[in-house]
Amino acid sequence: MAKVNGGKVIWPSLASSTTQNSTCMHKTWWKILGAGLVIYTAIAGLLLGVPRLAILNETIRNLYFHVPMWFAMLTLFSISIFYSIKYLLYGKESDDLRAVESVNVGVVFSLLGLVTGAFWARFTWGQFWSFDVKQNFTAIAILLYFAYLILRNSIDEEQKRAKISAIYNIFAFPMMVVLIMVLPRLSDSLHPGNGGNPGFNSYDLDDRMRVVLYPAFIGWSIIGYWIYTIRFRIRSLENKQL
Amino acid sequence: MQLIHQVKHLIRKEILLEWRSKYALNGVLLYVVSTVFVCFLSFVSIPKLTWNALFWIIMLFASINAIAKSFMQESRGRHLYIYTLVSPVALIIAKTVYNSLLMVGLTLIALLFYSMVFNFPTGADVLMYLVAAVLGSLSFATIFTMVSAIASKAGNGGMLMAILSFPVIIPVLIVLIKLAKNAIDGLDRSVSLDDIGLMLVINALVMTASLLLFPYLWRD
Repeated sequence: MAKVNGGKVIWPSLASSTTQNSTCMHKTWWKILGAGLVIYTAIAGLLLGVPRLAILNETIRNLYFHVPMWFAMLTLFSISIFYSIKYLLYGKESDDLRAVESVNVGVVFSLLGLVTGAFWARFTWGQFWSFDVKQNFTAIAILLYFAYLILRNSIDEEQKRAKISAIYNIFAFPMMVVLIMVLPRLSDSLHPGNGGNPGFNSYDLDDRMRVVLYPAFIGWSIIGYWIYTIRFRIRSLENKQL
Repeated sequence: MQLIHQVKHLIRKEILLEWRSKYALNGVLLYVVSTVFVCFLSFVSIPKLTWNALFWIIMLFASINAIAKSFMQESRGRHLYIYTLVSPVALIIAKTVYNSLLMVGLTLIALLFYSMVFNFPTGADVLMYLVAAVLGSLSFATIFTMVSAIASKAGNGGMLMAILSFPVIIPVLIVLIKLAKNAIDGLDRSVSLDDIGLMLVINALVMTASLLLFPYLWRD
């Protein structure tokens, strides 16, 4: 309940309207928190003040929507690899379902991250796709997960599919980390934080941006996790009916 | 000790089998040579940048073809037989070592023929390029061996192998092409040390992942 009080501080009206069904509050508080944080970042991200910077101007607000997508994606892919390892160790079918559903949701977030980045690039770099290393490598990292999904489609036998795809998932994860974290840092890029360009840490040195950005990380990760639990529950219900 | 013994025997077996049929070696050699020749007929002479890129593209496809068969060529029955005899770790080490040897040999022969057809660009650091070639073939071997094991277990060979391995190999390929380009441009060797380090780290990462994961893959 302490966490609900935490939610109340930010959203008094929202929290009070939901206290009636306090019986299941211990299950839903994080959903309310996630939804509240995302709504808050959407409104505050568009309305609060931001630093005035040349070229960037108002597009700096994209930070609130672009970076949290990658954060949510990494959260979901980490969940996926966690359950893949668990599947290899214990062989429970539900672990495999969890792994694939979190990849499914994570891929959507990665595409959203790519699209928000491309729109931002259109107005700051001049083109949707500027052939920047960061864009290229993230596109390849997404290909890795598409390969994972295709690998799943290619195997009919369920246990075999679960095992082989879990192995590929674990094998691919370090490569994804190399692709999106290591390689872009080694070459010149227009992207903030690379190749001598200031990273977002030096943009939002004033706390106005931090107040929105960090809640956005948490909020979008929670929303991603929420979507994944829903998808997982649907899938396991479908499997039971079969 | 047991492990080293098993690995030695498995490598011997691979080499012996290969030497009896000579199918893979000759097949891939012919593949490389004819690809280089096709490129020669269509390009005639090429600038430095293309020289490097073309070589690695040829090697990429040749090595996929060479290594894809390392698990697929064997029957289920033989897999089961090997499974009862040796530990999976010994098997993956043996396959990787054998494929590394095959790839290094193949790359050197291909490089020799390639530089005969298209002259080595002037001012290139040949020794450094050889180092890059050897490192590249080692990375191809480690990555493709594991992916070919996954693809062969999944049961439908060729296309899956390409789909699964391309996204994994691209980071290596990018570093490799950069390293090789440094050598072509004849840059100072200290410039390339970072890239060599990164290649070795990626190789170590892939090798550890394969050693950890292969026992799970192998057990049906």
